[in-house]
Amino acid sequence: MLPVDNIGLLDIFVELIRRTSADLPADIVSAIEMGLLSEKENSIAYKTLQMILKNIKLAKEKSLPMCQDTGTPVFYINLPNSVSQIDIKNEINKAIKVSVQKLYLRPNIVDTLTGKNLGDKTGPGYPVINFEEWKKDYIKVILMLKGGGCENVGTQYALPDSRVNAGRDLEGVRRCILDAVHKAQGRGCSPGILGVCIGGDRVSSYEESKRQLLRSLDDRNENPVLDKLEQSIMKDANKLGIGPMGFGGRTTLLGVKIGSLCRIPPSYFVSVTYMCWAYRRRGFEYKGGKVKRWLY
Amino acid sequence: MVILNSPISKKDVVKLRAGDTVHLNGIIVTARDVFHKYLIERRPDKYKKLLKNGVLYHCGPVVDRVGKKWIIAAAGPTTSMRQEPYTADVLKEYGVSGIIGKGGMGDRTLEALKKYKAVYFHAIGGLAQVLAECVVDVKDVFMLKEFGSPEAMWVLDVRDFPVTVTMDSHGNSLHKTMYERSGKVLNRLIQS
Repeated sequence: MLPVDNIGLLDIFVELIRRTSADLPADIVSAIEMGLLSEKENSIAYKTLQMILKNIKLAKEKSLPMCQDTGTPVFYINLPNSVSQIDIKNEINKAIKVSVQKLYLRPNIVDTLTGKNLGDKTGPGYPVINFEEWKKDYIKVILMLKGGGCENVGTQYALPDSRVNAGRDLEGVRRCILDAVHKAQGRGCSPGILGVCIGGDRVSSYEESKRQLLRSLDDRNENPVLDKLEQSIMKDANKLGIGPMGFGGRTTLLGVKIGSLCRIPPSYFVSVTYMCWAYRRRGFEYKGGKVKRWLY
Repeated sequence: MVILNSPISKKDVVKLRAGDTVHLNGIIVTARDVFHKYLIERRPDKYKKLLKNGVLYHCGPVVDRVGKKWIIAAAGPTTSMRQEPYTADVLKEYGVSGIIGKGGMGDRTLEALKKYKAVYFHAIGGLAQVLAECVVDVKDVFMLKEFGSPEAMWVLDVRDFPVTVTMDSHGNSLHKTMYERSGKVLNRLIQS
C-alpha cells in the first residue's frame, strides 16, 4: 500500500515516459539548432540536421517516440526515508506496461537466454532504477531513455593504454576520449554527447560516466581542471570532421561532461558513455500528491 | 536526387554511386538481428521471391494495431554493423538489391555488394517519425509471434523514403573514406 502522499504517481510516471520519449529537452534542441548554423547551407550535414529537427518537431506533435529504439529506461530517484522503494518500483513497472500500450515505448525487453521478447513486462535489468535517500521532503525522479546503438559504442580504457599511447595523466585521458569519438562514428548517431568518468572501479566508473549525462548541456564543470578538459575535447572532437551521422561536417559533438572518482593505485579507468542526438531525459519533483516542478 | 522503385533491378543498382541521394518507392522489408540469423541458419525458401531484387531495412519498428490494420508508429534505422556476419550470405542466397540501415557496414559486405550487385542506403539514425510517415501501407508480417514485433519481418509499402547511397556496387564506401580521413586528424590531435 502506498502512503497517501504517493497517490497519482502512476499517471505521473506515464506522463514522464511520454515526455521523455516524444519531447526532446530544450537544451538539446537548441544545441542541434546551433549545430545547424555552423554547417554550410545545403551541405549533407546541414540537410541531416534539418531532417533531425523536423523529426523532433513531429514526435512532439504526435506524442510518439522520436526514435523507435526507446532504449533502456534508466531512473535516478532521490527520496526521503518515509517513502518505500518497493512501492515506487511497482508504480514504475505498471507505468512501463501502460506506456507500451500507449506506444510511448517499444516492447523492448528480451529474455537473454531464450531470446523471447517479453512485451510490456519488466524484468531484471529492465528498467534500471538507481535509488538514493536524501534529507529533503520531496521525491526527485529523472528518467533517461538510453538507446542501444549509442550504448553499444560506449567504452572503457584502463591506463596506460598503448593502443592510443595514453599514459596515466590528463593528456592520456584526452587521447582516450578523442579515440572513443573516432571509433563511435556513424554507429552512435552523432552529433552525440559524451559522459565521461576518470577513476573509480570498472562498474562505478561506467555508472558515473552515465550519471554525468544528467547535467544540462550549458552546465559548466565546477572543477576548473575538468572544465578545461571538457572545453578542449569539445573543440578537438569537432575538428575530426565526422559530422552528423558520420556524413562529414563540423557538428560531431553537442557536449562533453566529465566527472572523476577516487581510485586505488593499480587502476586508472577512463569510461565513456556515448549518448546519441536523441538525448532523452526528463524529470520531476513530487510532493504532497502532485508534481512540484518538471525538470529540463 | 534519384527516384527509385523497389524491387530494384541489377541494371539500376550499378547506376548508383556512393553520395547519391535517393527517394525510394515501393516495397521494403524489415529484418534485424534475429531474422538475419534465421535466414542464414535455417535458409527458409519462403522468402526467396520476396527478397529477390528487394530492399532489406535494418529496423525494429513501433507498431500499432487498429482494427485489422497494422500502423507503423515509429520506424528509424538500427545499427547495420551487427548484421555484418550475415549480410554477404544474405546477398548471395536471396539476391537482395539494397540494404537500408545506419552507420555503414564492413569490408566483407562491401565486397559482396560488388560481387552480387547491391547497394547500401544510409537512412538518418533516430528519424523514426519522418520515416514512419513515408510508410503508406503494411502489406504483411512474418514471424511476429516467434520473434516479437521489433525482430519480425514487416513488409512495408513506402513513398519518398529518403536515403543516401553510402556504399555502392563498385567498391566505394563513404564510411571507409570518412573513417580514414578523420583518423588522420585524430593522429595529429593526439600526437601534438
